[in-house]
Amino acid sequence: MSSQCSSATDAAQSPPLSPWAVEIVDVCKRFGRTEAIRNVSARVLPGKLTGLVGPDGAGKTTLMRLMAALIAPSAGSVSVAGFDSVRDGERIHALAGYMPQRFGLYEDLSAMENLRLYAHLQGLQPNLHRQTFERLLAFTRLEPFTQRLAGRLSGGMKQKLGLACAMMGRPRVLLLDEPSVGVDPVSRHELWEMVRALTGEGMAVVWSTSYLDEAERCDQVLLMNEGRIEYEGPPGELASALEHRSFRLRNPQQDRRLVLSRALDLKSVCDGVIQGNSVRVVLRKDAGDEEIHGLAREVEAQLAPVAPRFEDAFVDLLGGGPSGTSVIAARMTPVRAEGKVAVECRDLTRRFGNFVATDRISFQVRQGEIFGLLGPNGAGKSTTFKMLCGLLKPSSGQAHVMGLDLGTATSQAKSKLGYMAQKFSLYGLLSARQNLEFSAGIYGFTGAAKRERIGEMIEIFQLRKYLGASPNDLPLGFKQRLALACALMHRPPVLFLDEPTSGVDPITRREFWTHINGLVRKGVTVLVTTHFMDEAEYCDRVALMYQAKVIALDTPDGLKRTVAGDGAAEPTMEAAFIRLIQTVDAKNAELHARQAA
Amino acid sequence: MSVGQAFDRQFDPRRLGALVRKESLQVIRDPSTILIAFVLPVVMLFLFAYAVSLDIRSVRIGVVLESDGAAAQSLAAAFSGTRYFSVAPARDRRELAEELVGGRLRGYVVIPQDFDSRLAFRTGEPLIQIITDGAQPNTASFVAAYAQGVFGAWQSARTHSAAGPFSFEPRFWFNPEIESRRFLVPGAIAIVMTMIGTLLTSMVLAREWERGTMEALMSTPASVVEILVGKLLPYFALGLSATILAALLSTTVFGVPLRGSWLALLLLSSMFLVPALGQGLLISALARNQFIAAEMALLSGFLPALLLSGFLFEIDSMPLPIRALTYVVPARYFVSSLQTVFLAGDAWSGMIPDMLAMLLIGIVFFALARAKTPKSLDA
Repeated sequence: MSSQCSSATDAAQSPPLSPWAVEIVDVCKRFGRTEAIRNVSARVLPGKLTGLVGPDGAGKTTLMRLMAALIAPSAGSVSVAGFDSVRDGERIHALAGYMPQRFGLYEDLSAMENLRLYAHLQGLQPNLHRQTFERLLAFTRLEPFTQRLAGRLSGGMKQKLGLACAMMGRPRVLLLDEPSVGVDPVSRHELWEMVRALTGEGMAVVWSTSYLDEAERCDQVLLMNEGRIEYEGPPGELASALEHRSFRLRNPQQDRRLVLSRALDLKSVCDGVIQGNSVRVVLRKDAGDEEIHGLAREVEAQLAPVAPRFEDAFVDLLGGGPSGTSVIAARMTPVRAEGKVAVECRDLTRRFGNFVATDRISFQVRQGEIFGLLGPNGAGKSTTFKMLCGLLKPSSGQAHVMGLDLGTATSQAKSKLGYMAQKFSLYGLLSARQNLEFSAGIYGFTGAAKRERIGEMIEIFQLRKYLGASPNDLPLGFKQRLALACALMHRPPVLFLDEPTSGVDPITRREFWTHINGLVRKGVTVLVTTHFMDEAEYCDRVALMYQAKVIALDTPDGLKRTVAGDGAAEPTMEAAFIRLIQTVDAKNAELHARQAA
Repeated sequence: MSVGQAFDRQFDPRRLGALVRKESLQVIRDPSTILIAFVLPVVMLFLFAYAVSLDIRSVRIGVVLESDGAAAQSLAAAFSGTRYFSVAPARDRRELAEELVGGRLRGYVVIPQDFDSRLAFRTGEPLIQIITDGAQPNTASFVAAYAQGVFGAWQSARTHSAAGPFSFEPRFWFNPEIESRRFLVPGAIAIVMTMIGTLLTSMVLAREWERGTMEALMSTPASVVEILVGKLLPYFALGLSATILAALLSTTVFGVPLRGSWLALLLLSSMFLVPALGQGLLISALARNQFIAAEMALLSGFLPALLLSGFLFEIDSMPLPIRALTYVVPARYFVSSLQTVFLAGDAWSGMIPDMLAMLLIGIVFFALARAKTPKSLDA
């Protein structure tokens, strides 16, 4: 295509001059009787990274689809680069790149075949294909994997490929719907840097996310709740309003989970989280700091003011986090301590053909401990988990749960553990009650005992209102409660949580962790995998896995100390995670270089 | 050419080409597709050629010979002599009753004590008694009919030799051996084509919705028409190649003659694929879930093709309401035309109305599918 033609193209693409990349004016969107978007007006600037945040069900995905011209507003108008989404939807499809929340590419096609398909679909001139692919592959660092089937790529690589396809037609607006869900911190960091580079070229990027640390780094933020925009502006401005309301209780002499629970039950506290051996709290607006000072004295912790984060403002704006006492945990019968070690594995190795998924993994988890298993996608976390749950036989090595060998006493050992994975644990075609009945049934409860257990779970988890509904239709928080109820039906002393909060908003996650903390205080042992670094802070100890091995095992504070020398005021789990992985990579590279020499 | 014009058009051959290519790659890589398109026809043909047979051959029956008369002896010999039956002889019917109850015999024929005298004096009383196992109605009626046939042949042979003026000798056209495989094998092709056209197509489209790839496709400039046509073309080609494979197998391995031309066969198959694909498209527009799509395709596509197409059961012997229903089953026209092409030849006068009927049903399906297919994620 000649330059003359492309200038004609530009003229055709930009009709009325609009300073906005996306302009949303008084938009409502109804699905049947539910109102997903209520009277929303917002603007997205070119060359800026705009974060779209909010709890689940706030309407983020609906707003994304409205901007991608995939659905039409019930009232109001959406225009992208000056084109109306209803009248000129086709043009928006051509000039905007959209990456849906679920991986939208074909898993049975190779990375290159997916790229080629999207190049044709976006109408890219064939003579430009090669150089475009080269540019995108270099950008996403996917060159070594072009021939690999998309389904065999790791979570992070899939998202990068999705990004490459969405960027194919050099879009002027890039719409990314939760691109970092299920992606490990290293890949997340890389993805973020890529998108950052794009805004430098003048592209408008909308990045929807439930990671508030990401939102904090955006230029602009649209904060949604219940279909409305609650805040539009730079994230820093929102956070700065919370000056002098964030504190840290350092090294309390009491169990920090109890301290958190007590802090959250204070009237003046609106939010709190565990950070390693500290508890971080946010005070309510116009509340005095006497209560928190009192608590700090009582638990002998050092109280220090800290800089507010966007997350503090987010939770504050949405009315604060959940209270500190878990009704669920309060009703649970305490687990009797039978032995000191709840879960133990020794030299646990699993091979799939030539591929070693886990390589001599060994660790012990004490009773009443929260043990975190972290690592990039494909590090072997899930394989380890499956072997510890008796779902997968190890190639060699042993695993014990409550002193029972999973290899020889599999079913007895299994009766000691509960398993919850957000994705697979509920049946959408059964009602909530039927799901409970099913899990009671598989743990061998019958007759009156079964009715009693189910009744107890319904009461503890407050599920009565939703018994007839399909789990798919439940609000996310209740869906999670239901899954937890099913996993706890047989009162297991050990609970396995496999990415229990993937894609879940901060408020619902806090509620979930309140329950988990409560359960742990009752003596339940918890093993958890997660990609949320702030959740890793709740753990007593964390094992970091990489390339089938455990590369670090320490307390969260211990791990953070490894990067303390970097000069950052507050070392984060994320920084520690990335640093530890880079160290291994550097060692490997050195080894390779020496071998080559 | 400006990009502006490119996306104003509903149809861009390059985009379509990319979609067809993508779909073809997926077809080749999906073992289940290959299974349905190429392994299933082979299995079906073998089943219908060898395992399922509607022919009567060596059916075990008993012959109770109560009389020692010459005519009675000769009739019993006639039963023993036919290849349709394998005869267990007896003197008393009580010996055989138990065998029949035990399922070891499918029926028995009683040649009574006074057979010779009844035959000689033509008393009008029945001459022989035929008892069959009603628990298997098909076999029972075959046994009865064939036993009557044997008796009729025996009788006419007798009268003929006794200077009777006429004799009847039936002659079957097109399938002189009356082998069921010859009409079952062409019918099996219709079943396979229904599986490819309706079942596979509806499932792969439902899969796009289920996996979320449709959402990504819809956000590109590709139009819904392009997406759907890009889906249908590879399956059309797949259906035709399955037909060719099945026809080659039928003629070479199973000895079914192809008396008509390949052109007619492919033309017929193409016409049948129109309603089959249209139905698949309609189902996928209604069900965005592979499981439900498969159920719907089996109930509305596969079962009618099996039961109402005249493939296994003759349409003429169905009750009137059911017979009326067969007119909207595209497989009905396909089966009858296929049997014509294989066993009779290119009888265009019969095939053209069949093709038009299939085309008409196909157009109806496509129109319904178009009305029901969502143009955006809104629906």
